[in-house]
Amino acid sequence: MLWLDAIDVWRGPSQVLRQVSLRVEAGEIVTLLGANGAGKTSTLLTVSGHLRPRAGRARLAAAGREADLARLAPPQIVAAGVAHCPEGRQVFGGMTVLENLRLGAFLRRDGEERADIDRMMGLFPILRERSSGLAGQLSGGEQMMLAMARALMSRPRLLLLDEPSLGLAPQMVERIFDVITRIRDTGTTVLLVEQNAAMALEIADRAYVLESGEIQLSGPAATLVDDPRVQEAYLGVLPAPAEPGPADGRLS
Amino acid sequence: MIPPRHVLAWAALALVALAVTAYVETQLSGYARTVVGFAGISAILVVSLSFSNGLTGLFSLGHPAFMMVGGYVAAVLTFPVSRKGFMLPALPEWLAGAELPLFPATVAGGLAAALVAVVVGFPVLRLRGHYLAVATLGLIIIMRVAVNNADGLTRGALGLNGIPRLTTLWVILGWLAATLVVCWRLKHSSVGRSLMAIRENEMAAACMGVRRASSKLIAFSVGAFFAGVGGALWAHLLTNLTPGSFDLVLAFMLVVMVVVGGSGSLGGAVVAAIGITVLREVLRPVEQAVGAYGLVQIIIAVLLIATLLLRPQGFFGSAEPAFLRRDTRDRKTKPGRKNRPPEGPGRFPEHTAKQEARHEKA
Amino acid sequence: MSGAYVLQQLVNGLVLGSLYALVAVGFSMIYGIVRLINFAHGDVMMVGAFSAYAILTAFGLPLWSAVLAVLTLGAVLAMLIDAVAFRPQRGAPQVNGFITSLGVAILMQNLAILTLSGQPRPFNVPGWLKENIGFMGARMTVLDAAIVLVTLAVLGALVVFVKRSRAGLAMRATAENPLAASLMGIRINRAVATAFGLGGALAGLAGLLWGARAGQIDPLMGFLPGLKAFVAAVIGGVGSLPGAVLGGFVVGFAEVLFVGLLPPLYGAYRDAFVFGLLIVILLVLPNGLLGRSVEDRA
Repeated sequence: MLWLDAIDVWRGPSQVLRQVSLRVEAGEIVTLLGANGAGKTSTLLTVSGHLRPRAGRARLAAAGREADLARLAPPQIVAAGVAHCPEGRQVFGGMTVLENLRLGAFLRRDGEERADIDRMMGLFPILRERSSGLAGQLSGGEQMMLAMARALMSRPRLLLLDEPSLGLAPQMVERIFDVITRIRDTGTTVLLVEQNAAMALEIADRAYVLESGEIQLSGPAATLVDDPRVQEAYLGVLPAPAEPGPADGRLS
Repeated sequence: MIPPRHVLAWAALALVALAVTAYVETQLSGYARTVVGFAGISAILVVSLSFSNGLTGLFSLGHPAFMMVGGYVAAVLTFPVSRKGFMLPALPEWLAGAELPLFPATVAGGLAAALVAVVVGFPVLRLRGHYLAVATLGLIIIMRVAVNNADGLTRGALGLNGIPRLTTLWVILGWLAATLVVCWRLKHSSVGRSLMAIRENEMAAACMGVRRASSKLIAFSVGAFFAGVGGALWAHLLTNLTPGSFDLVLAFMLVVMVVVGGSGSLGGAVVAAIGITVLREVLRPVEQAVGAYGLVQIIIAVLLIATLLLRPQGFFGSAEPAFLRRDTRDRKTKPGRKNRPPEGPGRFPEHTAKQEARHEKA
Repeated sequence: MSGAYVLQQLVNGLVLGSLYALVAVGFSMIYGIVRLINFAHGDVMMVGAFSAYAILTAFGLPLWSAVLAVLTLGAVLAMLIDAVAFRPQRGAPQVNGFITSLGVAILMQNLAILTLSGQPRPFNVPGWLKENIGFMGARMTVLDAAIVLVTLAVLGALVVFVKRSRAGLAMRATAENPLAASLMGIRINRAVATAFGLGGALAGLAGLLWGARAGQIDPLMGFLPGLKAFVAAVIGGVGSLPGAVLGGFVVGFAEVLFVGLLPPLYGAYRDAFVFGLLIVILLVLPNGLLGRSVEDRA
């Protein structure tokens, strides 16, 4: 579905990704782990077309054929079935919940948006309750659900999720991860960026570990959970699955 | 303050300036002297504008207003007593009988402008972002209305003419040197450093005990002082003053010089001020000969827009020529940081502007 | 000071306020979406006035064609300015865009002086527009009434467009958060162009109406009204459409009442008064009357 092949990405004067290669196959949950500033968000922004690789190839399977990401503008990437749910939720705070959902379906003109809005409200009942309220007045967890629902409104085949657990209460985190699994089960592939490595590895099929813009480790999630380097840097040495890893942990 | 190895460069620069001044003053026509005088005064104005805008991280368009204050105050002080009675009947006794030499009048003009800056700056500097630009533009209009209506003190819209031509190129050169030295020293004083801190991160600076309001006010009024001085010199070079000369177009010209010179660079400001003034004066006769009024401003506006699109850091960036830099420690820490937008990262994703990379590299 | 006199001043304020509102709305939309104080906006109004002059006086075409033409020309001109001068700088410090707009304003004014001369020209409108229809005893011409009604109708249509249409939705989303809007598949440059186009169309229309009411036009006519419309937008709360309309009427009324109700001596200070009002309001209400805190979020 998505292949990054040795890409280099720069943001202004600094290089944020070095020779990053990763692949996401249809139906998978792939998680990308790493500390702050490791390049996780940059990877997602590259996939959604907001950063351009200077070197390497980025390909996307769209409508039965492979497209070169570098040739697509962000709206075309959305149209090709990639939805990016950004870090920090970024809901449109001054607009209503309903308008936020409509914006998620901005490029769709198949007449089924209403039905999808209903479906989202079934998935996240709080959104039905607050549908005419301003998104900015929702709580952090509610905004996260809105951001995910908004991303799903484009009927993506690949969902990019950037730190959905950030700043949420543990209970809410559980719910969000539960929803992510259900999203995959309905046929949407997920590329998940997380600092909460324990939970991400629990639901993911495969994982990559980014460090200073380079992929350091990769493999099936079940294998990485047991890797001592991952355990030390991201999971805490003692098994404590519900605890988030240290925010600025470094692989030594 | 000057590293020893740069003494030679400084001496050479000073010699060139003195030689050019001496040559123009003694050998060239009155018109050429006026043009060169304008260039020098523009340099004073642009250096001080670049200084106060650069240090506060705010964008003021108020220089013409301060020039107006300085110009009128100084002109009233030097005006011949014999003619004050019928031309400026509303002057109080002690002013009507006074006739000062240029230097104290210029200082008084500068101080009056600085005083206005303090009074106005106290509320206005609290405005964030570009509201200040509009508020200072408003200040120009307010000042102009005030001068227009105070006929007894200023002769209003008629304009004040017959001001003695006291400004020589030597006077301008002296004030330009003073402006450069003061702005330079202040930029590297503790006030300058607190202002840099404010510009980079207002909140963090405030947390570290930097007093934002007073530091900004100092930079703003020092800028205004030299604008007032510039206005005073201008009045005694041109020998007449009308409120209409201090308008948006003047503010615009100064802004162009700051931008082309590269905001933050005092040396660039001087070069741009002199270059653009001379360019304008060279083109003006052409404009009149062809009858294509507006041509000069069109050319300068295009120059500005082209600079911003193609070379937004100006032709000199924020760099100073080597001998103008304070010392090597400065050189290591400053470049790169100076051109950072005061607002932090832009609002727009990178793909919306093709030139993005160019801005970032600056 | 009779009641009729005060009523007359109120009518004048309403008309002037309508014109400011038309221009202020464009300012506010453009600021809201790109955080740009567009000094050239008032000059789009000037171009609108000259185009209307050409159509009505030089070509002798009917009024409705002039209205259509200024709406179109204003929109096209504003979008062109955006594409040429502002779009390449998106992502640069905001102050650059603002200085650029100053350059564009000076450029447009002087191009107009160069091609049309700086002399004011009489702007004649059909005689029936000048007829007095009266308003509760106060003098009000057909034109005055038309200015107010057209303004209200156009602003109403604008609100519906922004609230209901797909392009309006895209515009609002981009104003809130350009990156998130882009993630939804919105073409940001197109959304920004929409704001410039709408603002330009309204400014063009305002130029026609301003010229018709003032009876004469000149290349510098757009500058001061443009600046005051910006003051209106700031007073109302920049970025807020209802705020811009409210601000327009506040400035219109304040200006007219200042001149009309104070002794004539103070009349000369009206422009100073408007900017004094701006400074006071910004200090008391930094976000304007109806604005949300935009500056800090930006």
